[in-house]
Amino acid sequence: MNSAIRSGIAAMLGLIILWQIIVSLTGVPRFILPSPYLVGVSFIENRGLIFEHMLVTLTEVIFGLIIGIALGMITALQFEISPTAKFFLKPVLIFSQAIPVFALAPVLTLWLGYGMISKVTMAVLIIYFPVTSAFHDGLTRTPQGLLDLSKVMQAKPLRLLFLIKLPAAVPNLLSGIRLAAVYAPIGAVIGEWVGSSQGLGYLMLLANGRVKTDLMFAALFTLGFMSMSLYGLITIWIKLAFKRFDTP
Amino acid sequence: MSKSPEILVKGHAHLGGKKLFEHLELRVKAGEWTALLGPSGSGKSTLLRLIAGLATAVEFKGQIQTDDAQSLMGRIGYMAQQDLLLEWAKISDNIILGSRLRGAANPSEKCDKIIRAVGLSDKADKLPSELSGGQRQRVALARTLLEDKPVILLDEPFSALDARTRADMQDLAASQLAGRTVLLVTHDPGEAVRLCQNIYLLQNEKLVKAQPLEPPFPKKLDDSKALALQAKLLIQIRAGA
Repeated sequence: MNSAIRSGIAAMLGLIILWQIIVSLTGVPRFILPSPYLVGVSFIENRGLIFEHMLVTLTEVIFGLIIGIALGMITALQFEISPTAKFFLKPVLIFSQAIPVFALAPVLTLWLGYGMISKVTMAVLIIYFPVTSAFHDGLTRTPQGLLDLSKVMQAKPLRLLFLIKLPAAVPNLLSGIRLAAVYAPIGAVIGEWVGSSQGLGYLMLLANGRVKTDLMFAALFTLGFMSMSLYGLITIWIKLAFKRFDTP
Repeated sequence: MSKSPEILVKGHAHLGGKKLFEHLELRVKAGEWTALLGPSGSGKSTLLRLIAGLATAVEFKGQIQTDDAQSLMGRIGYMAQQDLLLEWAKISDNIILGSRLRGAANPSEKCDKIIRAVGLSDKADKLPSELSGGQRQRVALARTLLEDKPVILLDEPFSALDARTRADMQDLAASQLAGRTVLLVTHDPGEAVRLCQNIYLLQNEKLVKAQPLEPPFPKKLDDSKALALQAKLLIQIRAGA
């Protein structure tokens, strides 16, 4: 087991012990802060329910990731191919980031309904910018030596883009994808909070409303665990599949 | 390969209002090696980039002509100090990069021949990261050879190599690039003397032609005349500093 995982587990255990001590010493009511033991019991009792809702959120996140990454890549490539597109669209893209995604969630729910599409769209919106920005940065930072060489070799612009600029930008793209893996669950959960009947975000709201704080915490930790696993899996995939690209 | 042309560069260049060189006349003779020797910052690489048609920070006023009155575009092979290999591409793909970038037919037969000539037959399917510095520069040479251009511009291509590998690469490049118009930019007088029939020294905004040695080239490492000329050039460079 590598040391990062070991130290992560140690830190988690430390926090849980501290949490239990605080609850025991202060006698805080269980509907404000349940003990880790109660959260554990609630998790085991409700595991079927939690798992069912987790699958919904995970599906939203995965679709959001795939679509968001694809759209981000296409936009960045489009910026590189067409200066006109970059001139008109980049300010729009940056301006769109000034609007908090939170503020858009009710509108999206109104337009796209309470189902999965509005949540996937939220996830897409939240990761689209980091992916576009990271990938486009990479595309514009091709080492000058390679550009010189391709100029002397009389490279065709599109071939230069796909044979040199794009592969040289892969490490940047992968950084963007890792960020996206962290952001996508946030988007999906915001969507669920605003309006839904499924998903971990919905389950948390529901549990909170019924003062089942232990269930709320169980759902929260499941969400955290799901996001971390997704991040971990993507990191491992990047390390294995993109070895030759000097990955971050 | 078409016939190697002679290149004549005339003019002056400024960098941000400061003179880089003036009244310069550099003649790169057809089918011969010409060295452009000079200390760092003398503008020798800039001159090479001007000939290559690459972007520079200087303002150049003058002409770059060829004796056949044709443009140099598409007739140049280029090697830099860095090997400029694509880390994600196999050695064989790196070597045929030029034709891939132009969308031309894959010259696989010629590529095999050149890989053999530079002694890398067993490395064709490897990645650049699996090669040593000297082997990587051989790949860069193979890539340049495959382009088969009559004019070759070398911008300190051997300066990052260790002494032994550098001497090996100089011999290999000399044999493989014979008959082409070669401009070698270097700060190493020893390298210029070993390889080049014509030696120019660019220093203090002026270009001075040194008295070259008689062929054949490359000179042996212990050639006494070459060693004496190397010392003389180094003294000249130090005196000008």
